[in-house]
Amino acid sequence: MKFKARTAFAALLLSVPAVAFADADDDKLVINGDLEIVTKAPAPAHLSDSLDEIMSGWHFRSDETQALEMDDFDNPGMIFVDQAIEAWNTVEGAAGKSCASCHEGPENMAGVRAVYPKWNETAGEVRTLEMQVNDCRTSRMEADAWKYTGGDMASMVALVTLQSRGMPVNVAIDGPAQATWEQGKELYYTRTGQLDLSCASCHEQNYGNMIRADHLSQGQINGFPAYRLKNSKLNSVHARFKGCVRDTRAETFKPGGPEFTALELYVASRGNGLSVEGPSVRN
Amino acid sequence: MAEGVKPRVKAPKKASAGEAVTIKTLISHQMESGQRKNKDGSIIPRSIINRFTCEFNGKSVIEVVMEAAISTNPYFEFEAVIPEAGDMVFTWYDDDGSVYTETKSVAIS
Repeated sequence: MKFKARTAFAALLLSVPAVAFADADDDKLVINGDLEIVTKAPAPAHLSDSLDEIMSGWHFRSDETQALEMDDFDNPGMIFVDQAIEAWNTVEGAAGKSCASCHEGPENMAGVRAVYPKWNETAGEVRTLEMQVNDCRTSRMEADAWKYTGGDMASMVALVTLQSRGMPVNVAIDGPAQATWEQGKELYYTRTGQLDLSCASCHEQNYGNMIRADHLSQGQINGFPAYRLKNSKLNSVHARFKGCVRDTRAETFKPGGPEFTALELYVASRGNGLSVEGPSVRN
Repeated sequence: MAEGVKPRVKAPKKASAGEAVTIKTLISHQMESGQRKNKDGSIIPRSIINRFTCEFNGKSVIEVVMEAAISTNPYFEFEAVIPEAGDMVFTWYDDDGSVYTETKSVAIS
């Protein structure tokens, strides 16, 4: 009798750390010993009904993975940033221009990532950073567009993102962008696929819990492009969206298409107040 | 010559005599294993960094021989005792004959 009681108690003990392990931790993210990153913030006003606090996905990772992001030398994403610096200065296309011809140094891109996706008045649509890069390539450089989720694009977006690292995410959701934002919100809460899951099913109602062997985060995109240990490359936001929608066993939208652009605007707005963190390291 | 190869080293600029310091090194390199095939079915020739050395004032600190199973962008982190001020020379040897070198000076504080 006594023995049985003890085993039951041991089983209870065993189950406790597993739950605690999946929760977000309280570590502080300081990069290179001096750049403090806001990884927890009060939820923006439009989220006040569903979340109290927004948290970067960094908090949901193991200490070892977290450490990789705390030093740029250890962050494997920085190799791709180096490659993008070369691409930045490389002349391509019929117009004989490189990124540097118009923008000079990449440091002039400071603040850009924090406000994208953003309404583009001339085009009359909300544009992601990737769309803007390809617009520069095709209309100003007269070069070929890059594949939306390809390596060249992810690296360039990482370089541009790095210039805004530490600044608060602040995408506009009112004015002309509002209709797109509403569409993104609709998509966020729409269940898809054979598993009948919406983004909210996992990332709003179940963050901090396990999904099979992995921890569910809030699905914030302030750390993108993210270097993932599982595929050892930089991953763009739309590639991640595609992966998530596929995991619900649905047909996915096209990366770079209007649906994912709207969703990116909405998801980015859920992180308004967190620091731009990319290129981040995740598993 | 392989493309996009760039050696990187992180070492302290100052150390006290006899201190063990941590040194991090990384070289971006595609480390083609020689076992993959291209679309035509022919083998992509092996192209890896096959040897890495670190010397301090001419004395060997570490020497590593690498084989085809090493993944891309090989990263080595090790500790070295700094007995005196001097130069650390890091050298990577490529299959194609290229040699990449990086030097870091360490002062005694």
